[in-house]
Amino acid sequence: MSTPSIDQAAGFVADSLARRGRDPELLLQHLIAVQRCFSFVPEEAVAALADALGVTRTQIRAAVDFYAFLHERPRGGFDILVSDNITDRMLGNQRLLRLLCERLGVEPGVSRADGRVTVDLTSCTGMCDQGPAALVNGQALTRLDPGRIDHVADLVEEDTPLERWPGEYFRVEDNIRRAGLLLSEAETDGTSLRSLLAKGADAALAEVERSGLRGRGGAGFTTALKWKFCREAQGGERYVVCNADEGEPGTFKDRVLLTSYTDLVVEGMTLCAGIIGARKGFIYLRGEYAYLVPHLESVLARRRADSLLGETILGHDGFDFDIDIHLGAGAYICGEESALIESLEGKRGVTRKRPPFPVTSGFLGRPTVVNNVETFLAAARVVERGGYWFRGEGTDQSAGSKILSVSGDCARPGIYEYPFGTPVRRVLEDCGAQRVQAVQVSGAAGATLSAAELDRVLAFEDLPTAGSFMVFDQGRDMLDMVRNFAHFFVHESCGFCTPCRVGGALLRDLVEKVAAGQASAYDLEEMRGIGAVMKKSSYCGLGATAPNHVLHTLDKFPDIYGRRLRSAAYTPSFDLDAALSEARALTGREDAGAHLEADA
Amino acid sequence: MKVALNKTRNSFRLDGREIPFEPGQTIMDAALAAGAYIPHLCHNPQFAPHGSCRVCVVGVNARQVSACTAPASEGLDVDSSSAEIQETRKAILQMLFVEGNHVCPACEKSGACQLQAVAYYTGMLAPHFTHFFPRREVDASHPDYVIDFNRCILCELCVRASRDHDGKRVFAISGRGLGSHLVIDSPSGRLGDSTFAATDKAAHVCPVGAILPKHKGYEVPIGERLYDREPISEVGDVAAHEEA
Repeated sequence: MSTPSIDQAAGFVADSLARRGRDPELLLQHLIAVQRCFSFVPEEAVAALADALGVTRTQIRAAVDFYAFLHERPRGGFDILVSDNITDRMLGNQRLLRLLCERLGVEPGVSRADGRVTVDLTSCTGMCDQGPAALVNGQALTRLDPGRIDHVADLVEEDTPLERWPGEYFRVEDNIRRAGLLLSEAETDGTSLRSLLAKGADAALAEVERSGLRGRGGAGFTTALKWKFCREAQGGERYVVCNADEGEPGTFKDRVLLTSYTDLVVEGMTLCAGIIGARKGFIYLRGEYAYLVPHLESVLARRRADSLLGETILGHDGFDFDIDIHLGAGAYICGEESALIESLEGKRGVTRKRPPFPVTSGFLGRPTVVNNVETFLAAARVVERGGYWFRGEGTDQSAGSKILSVSGDCARPGIYEYPFGTPVRRVLEDCGAQRVQAVQVSGAAGATLSAAELDRVLAFEDLPTAGSFMVFDQGRDMLDMVRNFAHFFVHESCGFCTPCRVGGALLRDLVEKVAAGQASAYDLEEMRGIGAVMKKSSYCGLGATAPNHVLHTLDKFPDIYGRRLRSAAYTPSFDLDAALSEARALTGREDAGAHLEADA
Repeated sequence: MKVALNKTRNSFRLDGREIPFEPGQTIMDAALAAGAYIPHLCHNPQFAPHGSCRVCVVGVNARQVSACTAPASEGLDVDSSSAEIQETRKAILQMLFVEGNHVCPACEKSGACQLQAVAYYTGMLAPHFTHFFPRREVDASHPDYVIDFNRCILCELCVRASRDHDGKRVFAISGRGLGSHLVIDSPSGRLGDSTFAATDKAAHVCPVGAILPKHKGYEVPIGERLYDREPISEVGDVAAHEEA
């Protein structure tokens, strides 16, 4: 696919400014549009944006450098990113990547000389139940196999525009396997908003409080309390933000909720706006789900037409609320609410210090509620059907149900909804998992369970989870998972604080040392030590949870490390003899005298 | 607005020592005001707390928090000296040492470098971890100042000083993760082409030897420099001793 000449960059930016606006916080949205059009962010576009938005060129380049989907140099006309979650690996993505690179004659990450194509890896794209997956120019490809890869290579060589690729390649399934409280019905006609208007904000908030609903993004803060704090916060304008940056490896339930339960999610946001007094909201949608934008826009438009969104909602004077969609651009950290707000303001997604919390000082320093997609959906149903309806399921501390994204080694991957308090074993039975070796609950940042722990329950008081549930059978080498996650966290650390930025990289290097058979027991203790420092002293939750997979597997799967150790006590991190290879090459020697003695 | 309703002063304990504080102060603010030293690198009381280096970790209620960002509150028991806290701090310093290229014997800042002084204070004897040995550049394009990126610890003090004090935004952090790095706002990306001036606040806040004045070197012999004479716990930040 040919990209326009960069002479058109200034004109393109002018159009984008006219269409989207000139507020500095729109910077990232303009950059995403530029990237999409030109396959990179040319200097001409940087200059035009700097002038128009009143930010420095350096700030713009720093943002481009931060987000994985923005580039300083041209990518191929077809930019293919193969999803590289451990579940994609288990489905053979590495082989498909090699196949595609061979067919197209490219190296991963290097654009082909003719500018036609770039092939690279990317963090989990949220298609784990229908992988191996990829993105091509931001559009999701699912269920890849050697046949499809072959055909994709042909389509690229023939320069076939994406619109003429088989629609089947882009088909994304919901795969809802078990529906409970929330998933059993997708329709809503605005009942919760009518209830809000009839009974008042206090009564609606009381209903949310009665439900015991806690945030579904993982941290589990009480939703009613968050809304109450924001409502009572000083400061005029306030905002509602839906965190749809579903980046945790192995989770994809928000994708399904945004696809098939969109009205409920939007209604939950509108309800929150009515309660806290917000006039503006955002759906912060991860870049991997950009294909959902037209659908989301159409639902928003329909709801405006039905007087469920926009000005004077349901004819109620003063109830004005509208929603903009902001895209992310490949940054896991932006799922953390304060980093998300930074990104929403167009900046690099670096976590803010807290306090102040977003409820008092969020978007543009104003009171802001940030909630997960599932939380808004649940809140809408709670106000419609009552707090007790929701509370009737779950445990004392974990009311209601939880929607899980199940993937990995099981017969029926997909979406499962259970009451909180459900044992892990039950989920495994339902999804058809056999010979289970391990389950990774709540993603790469979550907990690694061994087969001895399957009676533990999904609940804030035992296994808190944002919904990711990855199954590993006995045929798997768990070190593959550890390596995958260790690289993931290095790639996704924002780099702000020392323990996460440096500790994560040290940890990755030690994991690789183990994998290479060069490690000793000393290195395993080092991993524990570095992991403990990251856990205790990192600035935000990313760094604090990033070493979990290493620490858990060291305890529960010691053999994956132990059987690879080279010596019991200590092995240096570099090979002295190998370090002399350059000197040998320069002197043209390969005799025994040019080698150090093998390990004493 | 502040009205003393009663005479009892707010206070918390730092390693057993009573530290008074005003509402709104952080643990670091109150400790510094009381003359109590908590090791730190990215903190400078003239700028808003940052919390990125994590060297000022202290134990509060079985958790570790950064003293520079944690609000002081009545009756807190703050641990800044236990073996556990010292070990965490030492590991963080070692991480900073292996991340960049810090060659103390060849550095003009040696003896007046906060990273080095805090490391001595914490009992760090060696960098311990495997060095990354990154390839970084030296920018000597400016007539009065040189930037050695090898020594940058990403404290963002120059970023903050230039933006919040000088009103220039000469510096920014680009990239992410281990690839995060300091960049300069100028057409060429070099300091010499920027609006940076020797009189900028940003020229006088670097806690390490990353931003150094040209045309002078070793004016004060090694052995007689700030932290050679007294430990950092007594004399505090190097920036406070610089003529701005």
